[in-house]
Amino acid sequence: MFKRSEQDKRPQVQILVDGVAVAARQGDTVSAALLASGVDARRSTAVSGAPRLPYCMMGVCFDCLVTIDGVGNRQGCLVPVAEGMQVEIQKGKREIGK
Amino acid sequence: MTVAPKREAYDMVVIGAGPAGLAAAATSAEAGLSTLLLDENVGPGGQVFRAIASTPVTERNQLGADYWVGADLVQALRASGAEIIHRATVWSLDRNLDIAVSIGGASAFVKAKRVILATGALERPFPIPGWTLPGVMTAGAAQTMLKSSALVPDGRTVIAGQGPLLWLLAAQILRLGGRIDRILDTTERGNYFAALPHAFAFLTSPYFAKGLSMMREVKAKVQVVSGVTELAASGDGQLASVSYVAGGKRETIAADLLLLHQGVVPNVNLAMSAGIEHRWDDLQLCWSPVLDASGNSSVAGIAIAGDGAGIGGANAAVVRGRIAACAAVEALAPAAAAKVPAMAMLRSDLAKAERGRVFLDTLFRPAPHFRIPSGDTIVCRCEEVTAKDVLDSVAIGATGPNQLKAYRRTGMGPCQGRLCGLTVTELMAQARGKSPQEIGYYRLRAPVKPITLAELAAVPKSEADVRAVVRG
Repeated sequence: MFKRSEQDKRPQVQILVDGVAVAARQGDTVSAALLASGVDARRSTAVSGAPRLPYCMMGVCFDCLVTIDGVGNRQGCLVPVAEGMQVEIQKGKREIGK
Repeated sequence: MTVAPKREAYDMVVIGAGPAGLAAAATSAEAGLSTLLLDENVGPGGQVFRAIASTPVTERNQLGADYWVGADLVQALRASGAEIIHRATVWSLDRNLDIAVSIGGASAFVKAKRVILATGALERPFPIPGWTLPGVMTAGAAQTMLKSSALVPDGRTVIAGQGPLLWLLAAQILRLGGRIDRILDTTERGNYFAALPHAFAFLTSPYFAKGLSMMREVKAKVQVVSGVTELAASGDGQLASVSYVAGGKRETIAADLLLLHQGVVPNVNLAMSAGIEHRWDDLQLCWSPVLDASGNSSVAGIAIAGDGAGIGGANAAVVRGRIAACAAVEALAPAAAAKVPAMAMLRSDLAKAERGRVFLDTLFRPAPHFRIPSGDTIVCRCEEVTAKDVLDSVAIGATGPNQLKAYRRTGMGPCQGRLCGLTVTELMAQARGKSPQEIGYYRLRAPVKPITLAELAAVPKSEADVRAVVRG
């Protein structure tokens, strides 16, 4: 859906998405990294299980909800990536203990 | 980054580091007020100047000169001595000017003598069939990715809607080598005539020449369909096609990405939760706070600057930020008033920056059928409530947005009405034959952003606090 511009010279950062290594760039948000990666990053909603991807990318729509380092319901569009960050595509509602 | 505020009390707390917040905090700190700037994003800039201090887009002309103005504002702020905390989510502000802010998973509390809310705008909901499908995003979302990560669309891309941002985004995507297959312009034909009486101010404003050259640049490379009167996205679990009607003719095109935009509206959640009075704006079709000429709201000590005060654009936001800060300096430290810009000069700057706004508001006033959906179209994205659900509830007695919560949970999901509130108000107003002002809006309360129960439980409490709730 999206590609990186060649002028982007930021260093690479590796994150894990459902255990699989994904290359991101320093300064990407988790949502931007997911959309740039080409992996199927669709979460499913808590209400009906409908698939969703980020909609607003500015912290207001909550369609980017994702589990980051074991914590569910994080707004992926507001969290910058970090080396080794563990991202899980959240299916349904946040689970107890996550 | 995740550092708590250094003090418990400040002369001035500014919330939001976009154009208005940057200017307000710098002006306030330069005058010697102890100033804290809290911002939810990773870096300064808000939306207009997003990633101004970190963008990987190095070819400056691709983002345009208007973007790089933000760098001067950031530089002024950093030199001003204001304390700045990013990734700080303010979740409560009350009439006593007590502020609760979540930073790195823990909450801190600060008290202010003055607060300037610079929480800006968000894109108006664009509730068309299929707008929740993966692959449908806002134009602003694409622009955010472009500015902060140099990402551009590379699949089959359709941009639909109206307003200046749509053309700016299209130009930026093309300059960065991205792909746009078609632009669907939803501006109502009648708006051109309605806007005509306001054209002189616009023609003599700086926006005219810039806007025209941008539209020419885009139209030379992309097929633009104007007069679009219907729009729908469809696909099975993912956007597959966009269909539209223009000039009475329906067309369907395959698409991987649909970017929607029909203007921006004030982000009212924090201001409303603080009890600030808002009124329905019939021209801008949104809630705007009731403010005096310096941006002071109905709650003593809280001013609002920038697009949160009513949409005025980035230039106006900067001036409004300075005006609100100068008013606070005059009130708190009259002796320092000589250090800030003269109010008369700022008011003349504001008039200049607001020139042509009525023309834009009239021309790009979104059509009723793109604001007020029907049938199975989703209104509330979080709780997945359709237009028909809302109308059915009205038929059995729901009178306004707050009653509707009990019927359908609209506005009770994580976005707290940001993506459905205006639609619900207008839909219910139409169904009940009332004005949006009469129908009203969701009653918003803290926390205005979700925080975990664990974070709330970890908040420091006094013995009196504990005694107030523990029995026996």
